[in-house]
Amino acid sequence: MTTLTKTSAPAGNKQPQRSPKRRRPAGLGDLRIALLFILPAMIGFIVFYVIPTVRGVYLSFTEYNILGDPEWVGFDNYAAIAKDPLFWNSLAVTGQYVLINIALQTALALGLALLMHKVAKSTLVRGALLLPYLMSNVIAALLWFWMLDYQIGVVNQFIEWSGLSRIAFFGSEEWAIPTQALINTWRHMGYTALLIFAGLQAIPHHLYEVANLDGASPFQIFRKITLPLLRPVMVLVLVVTVIGSFQVFDTVAVTTQGGPVNATRVIQYYIYQRAFTESDFGYGSAIAVILFLILALVAFIQMKFLKGNESDLD
Amino acid sequence: MNTPTSRAPLPATARRRRPVNVRRVVAWVLLALAIAVSVFPFLWVLRTALSTNGALASQSASLLPADFTFGAFKRVLGLQSPAEAVAEGGSGAAINFWLYLRNSIIFSSITTAGAVFFSAMAAYAFARLRWKGRNAVFSLFLGTMLVPPIFTALPNFLLIKNLDLLNTMLGMVLPYVFMTPFAIFFLRQFFLNMSREVEEAAMLDGAKHLRIFFQIVLPNAAAPLATLALLTFIGQWNEYFWPLLVGSQDEVRVLQVGLGVFKSQSPQGAPDWSGLMAATLISALPVLALFAAFGKKIVNSIGFSGIK
Repeated sequence: MTTLTKTSAPAGNKQPQRSPKRRRPAGLGDLRIALLFILPAMIGFIVFYVIPTVRGVYLSFTEYNILGDPEWVGFDNYAAIAKDPLFWNSLAVTGQYVLINIALQTALALGLALLMHKVAKSTLVRGALLLPYLMSNVIAALLWFWMLDYQIGVVNQFIEWSGLSRIAFFGSEEWAIPTQALINTWRHMGYTALLIFAGLQAIPHHLYEVANLDGASPFQIFRKITLPLLRPVMVLVLVVTVIGSFQVFDTVAVTTQGGPVNATRVIQYYIYQRAFTESDFGYGSAIAVILFLILALVAFIQMKFLKGNESDLD
Repeated sequence: MNTPTSRAPLPATARRRRPVNVRRVVAWVLLALAIAVSVFPFLWVLRTALSTNGALASQSASLLPADFTFGAFKRVLGLQSPAEAVAEGGSGAAINFWLYLRNSIIFSSITTAGAVFFSAMAAYAFARLRWKGRNAVFSLFLGTMLVPPIFTALPNFLLIKNLDLLNTMLGMVLPYVFMTPFAIFFLRQFFLNMSREVEEAAMLDGAKHLRIFFQIVLPNAAAPLATLALLTFIGQWNEYFWPLLVGSQDEVRVLQVGLGVFKSQSPQGAPDWSGLMAATLISALPVLALFAAFGKKIVNSIGFSGIK
C-alpha cells in the first residue's frame, strides 16, 4: 500500500553515481509521450467511468423513461424512495445476505487458511479450493439450483436420509436469502481463504519461535500473534466481501428473480427492475446513487482501518 | 489438544517429520471435506449431464449416471432434435449453443486483448515516465475501482443506446476494451519493479519510448501480462450483467446469458436438467481448460492481486 509513489523518488540504491545526469527535471518531463501512452485508457476512463458517474447522479434527479428527455424533478425520486417499502425491503434483504456472507465466508475462509498453513501448502489443494471461484455466478447458480431442487436435488436426498424433512431452498421465504448466500459462500470461500493464507505466509516465522520459547499455547499464539498481524488482511477481506455482497445480482436473476414474494429482491435486482423492466431510469439511478454512497462509506471505513493497522508488521 | 513441550527449539525441517498426531489427522479430514464441497458439484453436474431426464427422477441419488446417454450433450450442441429431447424426458427447450459460444469467444477475446494492451500502455506511463500530475491522475484511475458496476451500467446503457449500438458486439466491448482499473494497477506494480538499466542503455542509443515499450518492456513483462490476460479472460467469460443489458438478442448473446434464458424456458413443469447441466459444463469448459493448463499461475496470482 505504501509503494504507490515509489518511482518518483530516485532509485538511488542501484547506481547513485549515474542518476544525476540521467534524471530529467520532473516538470513537463515526458508529458507529451505520456499523454500518447495514456490516451486510449483515458478515453475509456472518461467516456465509460467519469461521464457515466456524473450522468448517473444527474439522472437520479430526473424523471426519465428513455423515450422523451430527462425531466428535472429535484429530490422527488429520493423522497419517493424514502417512502418506498420495496426499497426498504431490498435494503433489509441485501443486509441479511451481506451479514450471512461475512460471517460464513470469513469464518470458513479463516479456518481453511489456517488448515492450509498448518498441513497443506500444495498448489493442488489450493487449486481445488479455488475452482468454484473461477466459475461464473450463473454457473454456480445453475448447478446449485439443480442440486438444491426440492423434488430430486441431491442435497434434499441427503437431508431426507438423515431423517430431516426436505427444504424448499429457493421456494420458501425464510430459506431464499440464506440459500443465495450459501451459493456465494461456496464460490468465494476458497478465494478468500487464499487471500488470508497469503497473509499468514507473510507473518515472520521468528515471532512464532519466540512465542514457542516463551511457552505460549497455540491458542495464545493465535490470539496474540496471528490474529493481530492478520488484521490488515482480514479488514481487506471483509471489505471486499461486503462490497461484493452488496452487489449481488447474477445468482438472483438466474434463480429466484426476486421471489418468493420479495424475499430475494436485493438492491441491485430492484434497480434493474425499476430501470430496465419498468423504464424508470431516474428512480433506478437514485437507488444506484444510494447504493454507491453505502459502498463509499464501507470503503472509507476500510481505509481508516487499514491506515490504523499499517504498522503492525514493522 | 495438548502441545508437545519439546517442540520449540526444533528447526523447521525436523518439525515436519513429527509422527502423525490427532490434530493433523483432524486438520486433513476438515481440509478434505472442504475440497469435497468445492469439487463435488462438478462431478454431480457431469453425472447429471450423462443421464436422461426420465431416469433422473427415479434414481435421484445414485452416484453413477442414471440411464447413461450422451443425449444431453448432443442436444446442447444441436445434434439432437427437440422431439428426441422430449422423449428423454426434457422440456424440449433449445439453446443456440454454437452461436453463443462464438459470441462469448469474440466478446472475451476482444475485451481482454484491448484492456491488457491499452492498460499496459497506461501502466507504462504511470510507472516509467515522469510527468506532472502523474500520481493525481493515477489516484483518479484507482478511484474508479470503487465505483460499483451497476452505477455506471445505467448511464453506459443509455450511451450505447444513444449511439445505436444496442445488440452489437461493438456496444458490448466498448466499456471494457480501453482499460480496466485493475489491469492498470496490476501492471503498474510490475513495471515499477523492472530494472531501469536496459531501458537506460537503450535510451542512450537514442531509442524512443515507443520502441522501449514494445521491444523491452512488453517482452520483459511477458509473465505478468500473460497472468493478467488469463485473469481478465476468465472474468470476461463469466461476465453476465452488461451482456444481459446490451446483448439480449440471439446474434450477440453470450453463453452466460444464454444459459439463463435456457433455464427460464422451462420455469415450471419438467425442466431439462440434464440438458441444462450439459450446457453448464460445456460453458465452463474453457475456464476449466485454462485452469488445467495454467492452474499454478492462477493460484499464485491470487496472493498478489489481493494483498499488494
